[in-house]
Amino acid sequence: MKPGTPPRRGPLGRLADFLDDRTGWRGLVHEALFERVPGGARWRYVWGSTLVFAFMTQVITGLFLWASYAPSAQTAWESVYYIQHEMTGGWLLRGIHHFMAQAMVVLLALHLLQVVIDGAYKAPREVNFWLGLVLMILVLGMALTGYLLPWDQKGYWATIVATNLAGIVPVVGPSLQQVIVGGSEYGHHTLTRFFALHAGFLPATLVLFLVVHLALFRKHGLHAKQPITRPDAMFWPDQVLKDAVAMLAVMAVVLGVILVPAVRTMLAGGAVDWGHVGAELGAPADPAESYAAARPEWYFLFLFQFLKVFEGWGATGEFLGAIVVPGLIMGVMFLMPIIGNWRLGHRFNVAFTLAILAGAGLLTALALNEDYCSLWIDKTTLADAEKLHNETGGDEQKIAAALGNDPAKIAAMRKQLAKLEAWRNSHAFLAASSRAKVEAERAVELAGRPERIPPTGALDLVRRDPLLRGPKLFGLLDGKDCASCHAHVDPAAADAAGKFAVASAANLHGFGTAAWVRGLFDPARVAGPEYFGNTAHKDGDMVAYVRDEMTDREKWKPDEIEAVTMALAAEAGLPDPSATAAQLERGRALIAAGDRCGACHEFGGNGTGLGAAPDLTGWAGRDWLVGIIADPTHERFYGDSNDRMPAFQKAMPREQIEILADWLRGDWYRAADARGAAAE
Amino acid sequence: MARPSSDRPAPDADPRRGFLAKLAAIACGGLATLTPLAAGLWAFLDPLGRRSAAARFVPVAELAAIPADGLPRRFPVVTDRKDAWTGYAAEPVGAVWLRRETGSDVVQALSATCPHAGCSVEMAAGGTCFRCPCHNSEFTFGGGIVAPSPSPRPMDALDCRVDKDGGVAVQWQVFLAGIADKVAKR
Repeated sequence: MKPGTPPRRGPLGRLADFLDDRTGWRGLVHEALFERVPGGARWRYVWGSTLVFAFMTQVITGLFLWASYAPSAQTAWESVYYIQHEMTGGWLLRGIHHFMAQAMVVLLALHLLQVVIDGAYKAPREVNFWLGLVLMILVLGMALTGYLLPWDQKGYWATIVATNLAGIVPVVGPSLQQVIVGGSEYGHHTLTRFFALHAGFLPATLVLFLVVHLALFRKHGLHAKQPITRPDAMFWPDQVLKDAVAMLAVMAVVLGVILVPAVRTMLAGGAVDWGHVGAELGAPADPAESYAAARPEWYFLFLFQFLKVFEGWGATGEFLGAIVVPGLIMGVMFLMPIIGNWRLGHRFNVAFTLAILAGAGLLTALALNEDYCSLWIDKTTLADAEKLHNETGGDEQKIAAALGNDPAKIAAMRKQLAKLEAWRNSHAFLAASSRAKVEAERAVELAGRPERIPPTGALDLVRRDPLLRGPKLFGLLDGKDCASCHAHVDPAAADAAGKFAVASAANLHGFGTAAWVRGLFDPARVAGPEYFGNTAHKDGDMVAYVRDEMTDREKWKPDEIEAVTMALAAEAGLPDPSATAAQLERGRALIAAGDRCGACHEFGGNGTGLGAAPDLTGWAGRDWLVGIIADPTHERFYGDSNDRMPAFQKAMPREQIEILADWLRGDWYRAADARGAAAE
Repeated sequence: MARPSSDRPAPDADPRRGFLAKLAAIACGGLATLTPLAAGLWAFLDPLGRRSAAARFVPVAELAAIPADGLPRRFPVVTDRKDAWTGYAAEPVGAVWLRRETGSDVVQALSATCPHAGCSVEMAAGGTCFRCPCHNSEFTFGGGIVAPSPSPRPMDALDCRVDKDGGVAVQWQVFLAGIADKVAKR
């Protein structure tokens, strides 16, 4: 028994004595706790302890996440979705892991700053300083590898950039990249490798370095802040208390970041969807779908922005920006203990560290400004610049001429034009970000279907979703494909008239619904740009029939037209809720009748035959739409009188045509409907 | 500059001070560390709140495919299966032994899952009884235990119905293995 330890007689005391005789644990605990803190406990000494705490938190939460995570291209996103949205408390577990990783980067910066400012890197602590720098690189490596693991769009595209940068290292770069990525394509082995790095190699290495770091810290004792004005204190409990309070504060901040939005929703009286609390989960990674909102995590934004400084330098610039300069900075930091021996060395080290941190802060601010400036730049002040830009197409000479070659005006306009470009870039980024949010939400909605995710993975689900894929196939975002001729805009929308005017084919918004058919039967609209106005059918038989025959109240009574309208919508499978059975029957009879629609149109075997006009059997239904998109020149549709519409069966796989048809018909999964059906 | 030194300061002679400080240090450190642990356990215990798919009738065979000769035939049970986030359509999830007596239209259905430890019960080599290849539990064609047997209960009978078109459906269910009572898994 150690001197100073009071003799114990209880059973616990005897057990403690028994163990102490065989392990010497009392001595170890004593050594761990009773360390002299010269000048007393201080808050500035807590940063190292908070880092150890943050790492422990990551180990604990990481192991539990590991118990539910499945690294492969078909299961990574899916298992993270399951953790986040379906497992009890999964959102909290993942939230703590996600935000503690960010807290760790902040704590690293603070610890480094404190060590440099206090001169704690100087002899005899040089080796420990170097170990600390290695630990910093390991933590950043874990942050980088962890970002990919959910296999969502942002992690995927950020990792492509990061690994491509690794590829520009001279000589070994391409091989290095191939080894990290696990091949030349990103997939299963990228995930298994990143996961092994993130949860195995890197933390194991970190633990080794951390043990030596802490052992050396104990060997040298705490580096006291000079001058010492207060009496010494003990590590336990004085400094431990401060450390523990700091740890709790770090955890409170992390919990706050996770919970404050949810608490706000609750206070506003809303229901909290816990799956959406905490860390974000983007849409599943899609190599075919570029991601304009791709950004690294905020603590790497400065590097991202720094690379822009070398824009226009090509591969050399990237090499300088991504490897040489950061390498030189790390080199200087490793040399700090030696630099510190010179007369002004310490001051240089402090200034250098502050400059690097300030520079990183400035670059981060610049990056954020570039992305978000359209939120605070008043675009109305740029109206002149925008007008000039649109008129001249940005041509320098034309701009100069328009401003009367006045150098002062040209310089002022250049500034305005630069501001306009910044606004546009930011606007595009924000649009891409909000689109990414919508897609992420939708992916989660689809993953929550009662049928669950197919074994082919959530990406398959997203790609087959009419709501997400339809507008892209239609060309709604870029005005290509279908949208290069057809409008797809609600006639009630403010900009509808302008969009109809530039379209050269019918508006397909609400195609097949009663509202759409009513417009077709409106003599004032049928020959307008919304329907046949900009097509070869403008002077065709249908337009003439609607204008001449259907306006003849002797021949077509309004309730007959309405019955036909309802029957056509029902044929499309988009029945109007107000339609009655009698009305539909009457409508069908009118469509089939040889002296009405049936004069030209085939309908359900009415004997008219195909060729004269489109078949109205199953009109605008899924099969009908797939058929006309595949080949409008088929005799079931427009035959020889087809006006410019290409047969998409040559350009588009059948599956995509089906997705288009479903999208046009508004036929996609809705979670609210599924919940309603389940309730019934 | 002072010579580099790595001497450790001497430990304090009197460590007994600041009881409140100690208590507060333990409370703060404990609370901070328990938070991630609690979050982890909360998620780790998620399976306790989950239930297996509800028992439902699954079509397994046509009546004509089960000769009325008293000999059992084995049929796979193919149905939709959900595994955490993945949904499989029409997957084999198990097997049943179906049998009908000579001249009878009544079908007896036994789960092929051994009630002892969950292996798959097979026809014994001689073709006169069932036998589990794992621990040699033997059962009669009616599912009864052939003593001595490691199995604590007879084979699990499943509800079975024959529709008017001759389709045979069984109510597919999995029961807890190793106990004397037939208790469906939660």
